[in-house]
Amino acid sequence: MNDLLIYPLLIPVMTAALALIFFKNRDFQRWINVIGSAALVGASALLLYSVNNDGIQVLQPGNWEAPFGISLVADLFSALMVMITGIKALAVSIYSLGDMDERRESFGFHSLFQILIFGVNGAFLTGDLFNLYVWFEVMLITSFVLLSLGNDKSQLDGAVKYVVINLFSSLVFLSGVGIMYGITGTLNLAAMADALQDTEHTGLVITASMMFLVSFGIKSAVFPLFFWLPASYHTPPITVTAIFGALLTKVGVYSLVRMFTLVFTQDIGYTHTILLWISVPTMVVGVLGAASQYDVRKILSFHIVSQIGYMIMGLAFFTKIALAGVIYYILHNILAKTNLFLVAGIARKYVGSYHLSKLGGIYKAYPLLSAMFAISAISLAGLPPLTGFWAKYTVIYAGLEIGEWVVIGFALAVGLMTLFSMTKIWMGAYWSPLPDEAPVVADKNYKEPTEGQKFALFFPVILIAGLIVILGIFGEPFFSMLFDAADQLLDPSMYINAVLNP
Amino acid sequence: MEPLLAIVIGILVALSIYLILRKNLVRIVIGIVILSNAVNLLIFTLGRLDRGMPPLIPAGESVPVEAFANPLPQALVLTAIVIGFGLFAFALVLTYRAYTELGSVNVDDMRVAEPAYKGEELPETAITQEEDKS
Repeated sequence: MNDLLIYPLLIPVMTAALALIFFKNRDFQRWINVIGSAALVGASALLLYSVNNDGIQVLQPGNWEAPFGISLVADLFSALMVMITGIKALAVSIYSLGDMDERRESFGFHSLFQILIFGVNGAFLTGDLFNLYVWFEVMLITSFVLLSLGNDKSQLDGAVKYVVINLFSSLVFLSGVGIMYGITGTLNLAAMADALQDTEHTGLVITASMMFLVSFGIKSAVFPLFFWLPASYHTPPITVTAIFGALLTKVGVYSLVRMFTLVFTQDIGYTHTILLWISVPTMVVGVLGAASQYDVRKILSFHIVSQIGYMIMGLAFFTKIALAGVIYYILHNILAKTNLFLVAGIARKYVGSYHLSKLGGIYKAYPLLSAMFAISAISLAGLPPLTGFWAKYTVIYAGLEIGEWVVIGFALAVGLMTLFSMTKIWMGAYWSPLPDEAPVVADKNYKEPTEGQKFALFFPVILIAGLIVILGIFGEPFFSMLFDAADQLLDPSMYINAVLNP
Repeated sequence: MEPLLAIVIGILVALSIYLILRKNLVRIVIGIVILSNAVNLLIFTLGRLDRGMPPLIPAGESVPVEAFANPLPQALVLTAIVIGFGLFAFALVLTYRAYTELGSVNVDDMRVAEPAYKGEELPETAITQEEDKS
């Protein structure tokens, strides 16, 4: 019994409620958002500390015994994801102070943001399959509203595609839940895994697992189910894009990892080979799509897809090192990818565009911003000594150990292509001179952001860049935690025992 | 009873997939609703169909003494219906807004976020493609 588990859920929902009570008071909403996010960081840090010291933490809300109630479970993987969600929420909520426009804020941006965090944390912490579906829906409905908030034409266009495909994937997920309930008679993940350990219906279970694969595959944007992502992620304001790119697809990856390490381990040779052959085209198509784009947001959106491929690849290898690599990759990707989005947003504030042909001269005019971009981009491309290198290195090392030469070859080539993409942005936006038709040059009414705004924009970017450097250079204690997390994932009995036999 | 329900679910899924594959956004949304009902029936069926066995506890006992129908699938279906209803409402409003803003419910015409590539040399088209006004 551990109350720490409830705070990462209570804090965002309370913050959202408070922000709704003071719906008319914009300043209050802004500050309550930042304060709530900061409190969330504290609560997640406590949770991570206690999970790291005392092992898997379980809370049975309402004191309902394990298979009958809805359990909240935090193993190291969940706790790390909650931690990074907290950090991300804090960074993006500060950034939103400088970026969000008044109209969107007055329509409840801040409470929606907190409820999104609520849904994401719930999905990370729940130990119940149907409850996971409910958290997904909480997360989805807020993301629908955040995506269409503001009613731009392009936003509505993107939202239509995003909503339809996500509703479909939820329904596939729900039928999977129904089938698993029919097979095992329980919805508790631990009890389900326990019941499936010596099942005779392997074929049926694998059929159900494919429904989960499709559903989470749509949510985490793997090949060939990713087309909604580049179609919608570039339409909302950059704050929303950043938090979407950081968290939503990663929740899909988290669920894939959870289901395919805990529940669906009956026929690894079949399911994980499928995962492996999904991962390669995901990497390749994502990075090729990025190469064909000239809008910074679209380039980065395609890179989300490409990076998801690496994570799925690590899951498919299914060794201790590979799973540690997957977790590291998710954390690294959340940090580096959002930071690139945030930097692109600042560049737009200064130069007026997201488009490479209209950007230029940033290196000369704004060296600090360029440095922040360079750190994040180098990390994303995987050059040492930043986080991206260690993430790729770990996953690829795991692949070499088990001799998946072809897949590793593709992974390395995609790394090179990522570097090419980052170089393209660098050349187009940072080194090239400011073009004559740049919006800033054309617009006589252009105002630089105020000092306060600048601080709100730069502080989170510097914070995250600092984290990338620290995690890259002093990553050793962190890695031992990751190996513990991978141990917990590889040995489902730890999870099962923590939930069922406390 | 189960074979009958299985056939009904199959027909509903086939119908909804047909509707989802159409180009008209209204039909797509209706297809999603039908699919969600099919999934609800699926959960209900997989929770075992039992007739005339209410989960009632006789006086003086603390647990039901006889076999009883499983109430959990009904709770799940109820939750799923409520969630599906909320999402359907949002999808309808979104369809309406998209219709008023974009002037069409044909998904082929919805290319604002991703304008069609017109086939000229790249840098120029790339320049004319974007710029949001926010």
